[in-house]
Amino acid sequence: MINAIHQPQTILVLGGTSDIARAIVRELESPALQQVILACRRPSEADLGGFGDHSSVVAVEFDATDFENHTQFIDGVASKYGDLDIVIQAFGQLGTEARDDPASAARLASVNYGGAVSSGLAVAECLKKQGHGTLIVLSSVAGIRTRPSNFIYGSSKAGQDAFATGLGHALHGTGVNVMTVRPGFVRSSMTTGLDEAPFSVDPEDVAVAVAKGLQRGSDVVWVPGLLRMVFGLLRYAPGFVWRKLDS
Amino acid sequence: MKTETIELAGWGGTAPSVASVVDVTADELTSEGSLTALDPHGRGLIARGLGRSYGDPAQNGGGTVLRLQPGANPIHLDPATGTVTVDAALSLDTLLREIVPQGWFIPVTPGTRFVTVGGAVASDIHGKNHHADGSFGAHVERLTMLLADGSQRTITPTSDPDLWWATIGGMGLTGLITEATFRLIPIETVHCLVDNERIPNLDTLIEKMITGDHRYRYSVAWIDLVATGASLGRAVLSRGNHATLNELRSYVPKAAENPLVFDPPVFPDVPSGMPNVLNRTAVRAFNEFWYRKTPREHHGTESLSAFFHPLDMVGQWNRLYGRHGFLQYQLVVPFEAVETLRTIISKVSEAGHASFLAVLKRFGAESGGLLSFPTPGWTLTLDLPAGAAGLGPLLAACDDLVLGAGGRHYLAKDAYASPAIIRAGYPRLDEWKAIRSSVDPEGMWASDMARRLDLI
Ligand SMILES: Cc1cc2nc3c(=O)[nH]c(=O)nc-3n(C[C@H](O)[C@H](O)[C@H](O)COP(=O)(O)OP(=O)(O)OC[C@H]3O[C@@H](n4cnc5c(N)ncnc54)[C@H](O)[C@@H]3O)c2cc1C
Ligand SMILES: NC(=O)c1ccc[n+]([C@@H]2O[C@H](COP(=O)([O-])OP(=O)(O)OC[C@H]3O[C@@H](n4cnc5c(N)ncnc54)[C@H](OP(=O)(O)O)[C@@H]3O)[C@@H](O)[C@H]2O)c1
Repeated sequence: MINAIHQPQTILVLGGTSDIARAIVRELESPALQQVILACRRPSEADLGGFGDHSSVVAVEFDATDFENHTQFIDGVASKYGDLDIVIQAFGQLGTEARDDPASAARLASVNYGGAVSSGLAVAECLKKQGHGTLIVLSSVAGIRTRPSNFIYGSSKAGQDAFATGLGHALHGTGVNVMTVRPGFVRSSMTTGLDEAPFSVDPEDVAVAVAKGLQRGSDVVWVPGLLRMVFGLLRYAPGFVWRKLDS
Repeated sequence: MKTETIELAGWGGTAPSVASVVDVTADELTSEGSLTALDPHGRGLIARGLGRSYGDPAQNGGGTVLRLQPGANPIHLDPATGTVTVDAALSLDTLLREIVPQGWFIPVTPGTRFVTVGGAVASDIHGKNHHADGSFGAHVERLTMLLADGSQRTITPTSDPDLWWATIGGMGLTGLITEATFRLIPIETVHCLVDNERIPNLDTLIEKMITGDHRYRYSVAWIDLVATGASLGRAVLSRGNHATLNELRSYVPKAAENPLVFDPPVFPDVPSGMPNVLNRTAVRAFNEFWYRKTPREHHGTESLSAFFHPLDMVGQWNRLYGRHGFLQYQLVVPFEAVETLRTIISKVSEAGHASFLAVLKRFGAESGGLLSFPTPGWTLTLDLPAGAAGLGPLLAACDDLVLGAGGRHYLAKDAYASPAIIRAGYPRLDEWKAIRSSVDPEGMWASDMARRLDLI
């Protein structure tokens, strides 16, 4: 059970090796934190360090596309480790080369969107049963208006974002909250080697914004906050302007 | 019996959860026979009185909360023995309105009349008279309980000492209390004879309390946490005794004509959805006003409700903290640990979170409840807005100080602690757990607090 000052006891990370998610866990670290569960494709390779010394950290096997097993997986984690206070949906692939290959583009969509839907619903059911809990979904501004240079990724994030906000509304009154996080460019392993976009931030900045969002009970968190206004405008920018901005 | 699925929080309005909430009387429950039908989700059951505990002990996310309603005929007063047997769902407010006009008062009263007798026993509550009379549990003679297997059992401290001392202060986790018999105290008037003094700093306060508390049945100090430096711990010390009829005659002859009229006014609630109006500036101004309004020394009478329950004048005042809510941090440290007390008070003062209510009291002997909070020493209570920045590190530092001094935290107020903090403060926790599992092997009684603090 999360405490009065929003310090969780148990955090499950789906995509447990994500740089952003790990920064969020570090930010939410407190003497109240008892258990961190990193769910990732190769648990034996996961780095369990760097989380402070209050909690116990474990890695367990999870694949975002293993749809058939998501319910069983989430329920299994909850029955082993107790109520899940925070679940972070952090897996995702950028797939820069997917554009030239329809099959791999569809695979990317099935990780970023299909996996989000399947694991998101499994998490929602589990949290509903406990009557409390927050699902933090790492969406992206890439899904707010898709760019010509990465519209496959962007479209999958758009789907994930729409799913997350819709799920949040559907869960109203169940005690379960969904926080949709929309970062811009984050300097993480996903973006290593890419040219930085304007308003770039570090995983730690996302983490601070998420912790603040938890305090405030925010449904949607933009990082940096200014992007909310920027995308409010860019969404309606004429097509030629939008294309120019992406080049 | 009415069931609805709703969100519940404690008085602090933090960390809510959604549960099936059943409004039910003890009779309806006991005629059920088995409790399992009430627990379709397998997340267990917990009793809820009036929800005046600050955190999550009377909520049970995903499970069932039994919100107890008093049945017909809830009060049986026995003037010959000075005891009363009541339905445990009864509020102290209703009880007082019945017994005070007959010349009786409850042995221990919290700062509000809006708690149930069941809640008073389950938290083994204390009042301003703890140094003289001990906690509520010390005055209880008999309890009737509904146990996890659906059976009813009437217990006394001698018939079932284990279950008794696990239930006094047991936060509803050993079973549901349906009826309680406890001793009352006789009173001649509805007034107290009160001495209020302005105290310039902590050392003077401590000294005054140590040397003078024994002259009063009731004693409490309100500390202005906004004051720092040489004025650190400046306070209003308020102490009193029940006024006898003769005393009342000499102080307020008019009131002595009808000495037992008890009819505290009921004021409208603060509306929900208020922003936090108890911000730093408001609290600072209030504290200054409160301290200044008290004459340097004042001796006079106060009505029972003004002396014991001033906060009840404003219904749902907790809403003044806005949607983030607030938490109450109550600790006790042994008498020797005055320096710890000073460090905590100065830390909180320096952090500038502007505690609205900081109360200092002296505790007397323990009741014997395995999870009862009061133990001889100083108890300090702070109200803190939950949204305040930097609360985590501040409270963590206070926790270390409290535990380092051999102190503990009050479960009825807690909304923040971790299992380790409670384990360190309650050395008899394992003994309690063993008794609990002997009467509830399947873990039928469960609450958000029990899961959070690893009590079950
Ligand atoms: C303004 C204010 C002032 C206060 N002042 C004081 C004070 O001076 N001293 C003090 O000690 N406390 C004080 N309290 C705290 C309060 O007295 C306790 O939290 C008390 O337990 C609340 O009773 P309740 O009926 O509201 O119980 P709830 O808050 O509904 O429940 C509290 C606990 O009691 C259990 N419980 C309730 N009924 C039963 C039952 N029938 N059988 C078994 N378990 C049951 C619940 O399961 C839960 O664990 C204060 C609270 C407020 C809001
Ligand atoms: N970085 C940015 O600029 C940025 C901006 C906005 C939003 N986001 C979003 O934030 C989230 C986290 O990204 P990040 O920046 O922290 O990048 P990251 O470190 O690369 O994290 C992404 C994680 O997803 C995991 N993953 C990929 N496919 C998976 C699958 N099929 N099953 C399970 N896990 C899988 C990866 O684990 P493996 O070790 O198994 O590969 C990796 O740990 C992503 O959803 C991303 O879309 C990122």
